[in-house]
Amino acid sequence: MKRATLATLATVTGLVLLLGFKSHSTNGGLATVTTARSPANPPSAGARVRPRRSHHPQAVTVRSVTGAIAATPYGPVQVEISLRGSRITAVHPLQLPGGAQRSVQIADYAIPQLVQETLAAQSAHIDMVSGASFTSAGYERSLQSALDRAGA
Amino acid sequence: MTAPVSVESPVRRPVRHVEHCMGTVFTFDVRGDGVDRAALQRAVDWLHWVDATFSTYRKDSAISRLARGEHSVADCPREVGEVLELCRQADRASGGYFTATPGGALDPSGVVKGWAVERASELLRAAGSSSHAVGGGGDIQATGEAAPGQPWRIGIAHPLRPGNVAAVVTGRDLAVATSGTAERGSHVIDPLTGRTPTGLASVTVVGRRLSIVDGYATAALAMGTAGREWLQGLPGVRAFAVTSGGQTWQTGEFT
Repeated sequence: MKRATLATLATVTGLVLLLGFKSHSTNGGLATVTTARSPANPPSAGARVRPRRSHHPQAVTVRSVTGAIAATPYGPVQVEISLRGSRITAVHPLQLPGGAQRSVQIADYAIPQLVQETLAAQSAHIDMVSGASFTSAGYERSLQSALDRAGA
Repeated sequence: MTAPVSVESPVRRPVRHVEHCMGTVFTFDVRGDGVDRAALQRAVDWLHWVDATFSTYRKDSAISRLARGEHSVADCPREVGEVLELCRQADRASGGYFTATPGGALDPSGVVKGWAVERASELLRAAGSSSHAVGGGGDIQATGEAAPGQPWRIGIAHPLRPGNVAAVVTGRDLAVATSGTAERGSHVIDPLTGRTPTGLASVTVVGRRLSIVDGYATAALAMGTAGREWLQGLPGVRAFAVTSGGQTWQTGEFT
């Protein structure tokens, strides 16, 4: 049960991060603000900018970034991510559909080779498309036909 | 006066070709040195021959005559026996979730397209190509690589978000078959309930041979969410699915 929840969270988080980092996101994109995390002050988008720096001057910046609230098929989702330099080290859900908040520590965040986020076909650089069987009429509406037209 | 003879160019070249057949559309993408026009024509002619032989919509096809009992399997082209054997293997492997007799009538459509594409791919290989992909109605057999050092990239159409790709599979010498409810074929029926299945919007099976994974994808869709465990237990294949709720799962190791 827990594994399924984490897997769902990872998928949802991946979706939110994708929405957050897209430059033309309609929900405003990733809010580049940082807040000190504290249970007494629930973080929200639009708070003050204040990166937390480590004590070693040459060390990499550690900061927290709160994303805008994203509307997903599962409900509204908002996450805060911790970054060490450009590497995501933790994802803290602030708002999840269905309630329970749980922190997920990620040692090495990596998108698997089988990419699960929804991609626009033209940015996925694909050679062919596999999908449910289509009729000749259905083909005209299919991604494959778009590829065939582009490659002709 | 002799009829003019058309001379096919013996020159090999890469080519993309789209062919309407079997009520759907086939795509040929031949890379590298390519093939000559005659070889491509042979592959295209092969698809039309399969259509004429296996179409359940044609009363005079071999499969229709067989279904009506007018012919025995021995009277049919040997390819009919081959396809029926593929159906039997898929039936055994899936515990009956794949069947050549959905609703009681003989209809091997669940494997015919994939098998035809795999054979078309072999024809191109016999003509000297080592780098080509053939797709038919959403099922693909890809040979070799897309380019030297570059694996083929096969997108999996998102069944719930038209125009989007749910995932990308990359590899060499691979077959990708997807069964889905988006445009339901009559062959996808849960044999236990007699109804079209719910639970999965699409399931994609990746392996070496399209004639095999085509049957697996058909069976897995009929199984619904129970198909996941079945696919996990199959050797040499990997699967990816999108549920009707938009969640995804995968089995096997995608590297």
